[in-house]
Amino acid sequence: MLRDVSATLPAGSVAVFGPSGAGKSTLLRLLNRLLEPSRGAVLYAGRDVRELDPRALRRRVALVPQLPALEPTTVAENLLLGLRFADADGRLACRRWAPLRELVRALRARRRPGVRARAATTGAAAQTNGAPAALLERLLESVGLDPAYLWRSAEQLSVGQQQRVMIARALALEPEVLLLDEPTAALDAEARNLVEDTLVRLRAERGIALVLVSHDRAQVERLCDWVVALADGAVVAEGPVGTVLSSSA
Amino acid sequence: MPAPVLGGPLTAVVGGHIGFERVLAALALVALAAAVSRWQQAALEREIAVAVLRSFVQLTAIGFVIHLIFGSRSLLFVAALLCVMVAFGALTARRRARALPGVLPDLLLALAVSAASTLGAALALGIFPSEARALVPVGGMVVGNAMTAAAVALDRLAAEVTAQRARLEARLALGASATVALRPAVRAALRAGMIPLVDSTKTTGLIFFPGTMVGMLVAGAEPLDAVRLQLILLYLVLGAVATSSLLALVLVRRRLVEPGERIRELAARPSAPSVR
Repeated sequence: MLRDVSATLPAGSVAVFGPSGAGKSTLLRLLNRLLEPSRGAVLYAGRDVRELDPRALRRRVALVPQLPALEPTTVAENLLLGLRFADADGRLACRRWAPLRELVRALRARRRPGVRARAATTGAAAQTNGAPAALLERLLESVGLDPAYLWRSAEQLSVGQQQRVMIARALALEPEVLLLDEPTAALDAEARNLVEDTLVRLRAERGIALVLVSHDRAQVERLCDWVVALADGAVVAEGPVGTVLSSSA
Repeated sequence: MPAPVLGGPLTAVVGGHIGFERVLAALALVALAAAVSRWQQAALEREIAVAVLRSFVQLTAIGFVIHLIFGSRSLLFVAALLCVMVAFGALTARRRARALPGVLPDLLLALAVSAASTLGAALALGIFPSEARALVPVGGMVVGNAMTAAAVALDRLAAEVTAQRARLEARLALGASATVALRPAVRAALRAGMIPLVDSTKTTGLIFFPGTMVGMLVAGAEPLDAVRLQLILLYLVLGAVATSSLLALVLVRRRLVEPGERIRELAARPSAPSVR
């Protein structure tokens, strides 16, 4: 798949650019240990990722896959999923979110057949225990979705909306880096613009580092300032967007 | 309490000894099945012939074995027969779970533990006497049902892990451990393994009469005795099915988890033959 890949991804917004089959997704999955190199090493902030606990690493370096893969439950529960996993580990992803624990418990207690339908109809007021739910609502707003979607079933949303919930779900982990694997590949032009707007805003407001896999030149130019160009499993160029994309044209 | 329901005397219904000519007479209905198959071009005649032949040979053989075991006072033979049942059950179930490599030891253990715990509990609670006459047929029933449930559960687990790959990976990416990420798949598989029996237990007596009850009624037992024995067996089998599917799933889950909190990718599923 990949051979002789040696690249340094600077903090900021990096595109992994190239034709399909070039090994872009493979490279992305190496960064959070969903794959492991058969030879060589991947360093994150100077440390070999194999020395890091994979679960902790994946919370710091969060991945948004190409296609939305939400759980068949409410948007709220999807947003809390990462927190629940951290909770299952016996530690919380983030102390600031501790009050959400109660909400997680309440949601879990209600997670029985038939309950979901009721949750959707009784309206937000009944479920929102004030502050915790407000955090979830802010998360949805940060990806440009109406907070009213919180108690909808994730399956009822359009693919574009689902993909933004996927981004919000990753943001709930408060990651240092967001890995995005062609996040707009399955979306129409309008939905793609909304997702791109979301990413532009996240960069500006949260200063979150992005690693974006894309074969869409316009998207790379819009969202990124550094490019690693791959072809056929090898790095063919790396550098600032302007330089790399103009020379490879 | 009524006299022991097992080993009650054969009565007029059956007419005592069941001669070979009566089995031959029942073959008339097989001819009907074959005729239907030919008429509808279902091409099942060959299969039906093989099934008839196999059922005849297998049941006759086991009949002689049971005859011998019933004649002996030692329970060692019973234990040996149960071991053979567990081995065959595990081999059969493995065919169903082909997408999951190397699961034979897991199935052996799951079926053995399930049979031992269910029968052990039945003996400890005094539900059955520790006699070959009770242990052999009940053991067969327990192992057979445990086998089917484990096979269905593992088949479903493989299907879930393949079909829900994206969701599994998304869970891992959110920091779930591989075991936690697999939880919904294991849950679905456990339900798939147990639901057929739970459903048939619910509708027992309404839609179908279970085999034991039919056999006892035909053999002339008191209806209430037949019902009580059937209930005992249904409850035993429920326990066996739950333990075997759960144990098989937990053991096999271990094989799906790779170091570094990853989940093994399964090869595309070869078409699985059905399990009897």
